[in-house]
Amino acid sequence: MRKFLKLGAAALALTMVSGGMAQAQEKLSIYHWFEYIPQELLDKFSEETGIEVTMDTFDSNEAMLANLKAGSLGSYDVAVPGDYMVEIMINEGMLDTFESSELSNFGNIQPQWVDVPFDPGRKHSIPYQWGSTSFSVNRDDFGGDINTTSILFDPPADLQGKINMLDSQGEVLTMASLHLGIPQCSQDREQLKALDELLQGAKPHWASFNSDGAKDVLVSGDAAVGMIWNGFSAKARAEGANIEYAYPKEGYLVWMDNVVLLKDAPNRANALKFMDFLLEPENAAAVTNYARYTAGVNGVDEFLDPELKTSPEQSPPADAPAGVFVAVCDEATQSVYDSIWTRLKK
Amino acid sequence: MAGGPAAGGGASSSTFAGIRHWLLLPSWLVIGFFLLLPVLLMLVYSFLTKDFRGGVIWEFSLAAYDQFIFDRGLFGDEPPTIEWIYIQIFWRSIWQALLATILCLVIGFPTAYFIATRPQNTRMLWLFLITVPYWVNLLIRTVSMKFLIRDNGPLNEWFLAAGLLDSPIRMINTDFAVQLGLFYSYLPFMVLPIYASVERYNFALSEAAADLYADRWTALRLVVIPAVSPGIIAGCILVFVPSLGAFLAPDLLGGAKNFMIGSLIEEQFKGNAGNWPFGAAASMILLTMVLIVLMIYARQQARGEREGR
Repeated sequence: MRKFLKLGAAALALTMVSGGMAQAQEKLSIYHWFEYIPQELLDKFSEETGIEVTMDTFDSNEAMLANLKAGSLGSYDVAVPGDYMVEIMINEGMLDTFESSELSNFGNIQPQWVDVPFDPGRKHSIPYQWGSTSFSVNRDDFGGDINTTSILFDPPADLQGKINMLDSQGEVLTMASLHLGIPQCSQDREQLKALDELLQGAKPHWASFNSDGAKDVLVSGDAAVGMIWNGFSAKARAEGANIEYAYPKEGYLVWMDNVVLLKDAPNRANALKFMDFLLEPENAAAVTNYARYTAGVNGVDEFLDPELKTSPEQSPPADAPAGVFVAVCDEATQSVYDSIWTRLKK
Repeated sequence: MAGGPAAGGGASSSTFAGIRHWLLLPSWLVIGFFLLLPVLLMLVYSFLTKDFRGGVIWEFSLAAYDQFIFDRGLFGDEPPTIEWIYIQIFWRSIWQALLATILCLVIGFPTAYFIATRPQNTRMLWLFLITVPYWVNLLIRTVSMKFLIRDNGPLNEWFLAAGLLDSPIRMINTDFAVQLGLFYSYLPFMVLPIYASVERYNFALSEAAADLYADRWTALRLVVIPAVSPGIIAGCILVFVPSLGAFLAPDLLGGAKNFMIGSLIEEQFKGNAGNWPFGAAASMILLTMVLIVLMIYARQQARGEREGR
């Protein structure tokens, strides 16, 4: 009995000590994409600053927005939304502001990424990584020209029924708009009807909708064509898929993910430390080496894996058009987009 | 359903008579807080106005139910006709769930019967073997199934090597794959209740039927099945209800090409649509359908008990 008491007392003391330590421990809570930051980098941050990091992950911008709206705002310090989602979150009043003077590495941001349309002057966000969204084609299955969106929406016979699309309304509908040559967020009824018809006609050629498995379906050979982000495609190629990333002449998407300071962040100062940390060229390069996209930070070149610099997923051919960002539509157009998407997946 | 814990209390025991209500309090709190309250919340949300990009505006509105029932064209300004899209999605889910239930029953009943008729000391081993795969997370099992049936997966390779096929058959991203996934996910929910019933069944009744010149099929149909029917019905419900809301198998094995009820609802909260009232309304309609099934079951049970005594 006495032994038990002693043990109990010891356990109690231990919990009190560790509880006290947890109190003193500085914290940072991150809401991030899946498979997008190397654990070693988080460990390095903890080591340098003594801040304990916890991270939850999401698989789409919309899922992140829904979760934050459903009451998670106030429990995270930073999140990593894409370009259009930054604009939406600013409009919804979900982001805190900071002064450029609060970040000692603010000057490392490449000039073209400071005055971005979705956050002019960078008052809420810093660049994380940017890249493009297009599609990749398995060269064992198809030898022809792949630099056209017809591969997705009007595929040659060899590729029909072997196409995986991203399960993401914004990216699919924007790609389809590029194929038709109509503006994004068009309010023209004929154009919207054409968009609807295009997707209805293309669907029988598609095998699946899958975003988080977009890489695996290409590696396993389940799909011969896969709509995909460029870094993910590079990873698929590294895992042995004989695929080529397309730069369609009709256009393709670019995107930029950004670290944002959330409103009501419980550890605002630590969030800013983390942002500063990510703007260090060496750390930005570590993310790039892992995720295979491109950092928006000056001075990363010397830290990059050599093969990244010549990676075809990062080097559009000279005659390729520039990529476009997904636009944020108003409520009326968005509701038509929602209907088109529901009709597509009915 | 909510009456379950209360009805289970032993009325004959006077020991706890005074504090019985207090002892039940935790159950009521759990049921109230984690079951009734969220459902009530969804009910309220389904009658509110949707906010752009998720969330609700606290104004009464029937728009969510209207959207479910009426089609007003792509731009929302045509005269309303009946909306078939959601009926189609619900029907697809119901049909898949029904098929999965029948498949589980056809495979599960003989399995359960087989186990229950083994010698006492080996039954636990058989049951254990049935449940072993289910110690693994459902997601992992579904992904493994995907690996097995893909175009150049082991199953197709085997068929080709054995000379049964000339070219791989497409199984992944088909309704067949979804069926396989649902069947595999929920089979034990069919086997275990039926096993429990068959184990309690008095096999002397089968012998009596045989003595009265019933052949084996007749004895099974007229004696065994009626006697174990509570287990069969419980198994069917346990398979049907989760299959109805399943989205893992349709998404991973079916390719997410067509909405099921579960993924339609998910899209309203997690997808671009951001239409929470509509998601809530669809959930309410699903819940109503499930409740109807359960009520039919409760009625059958009650009738069975009246006839049995």
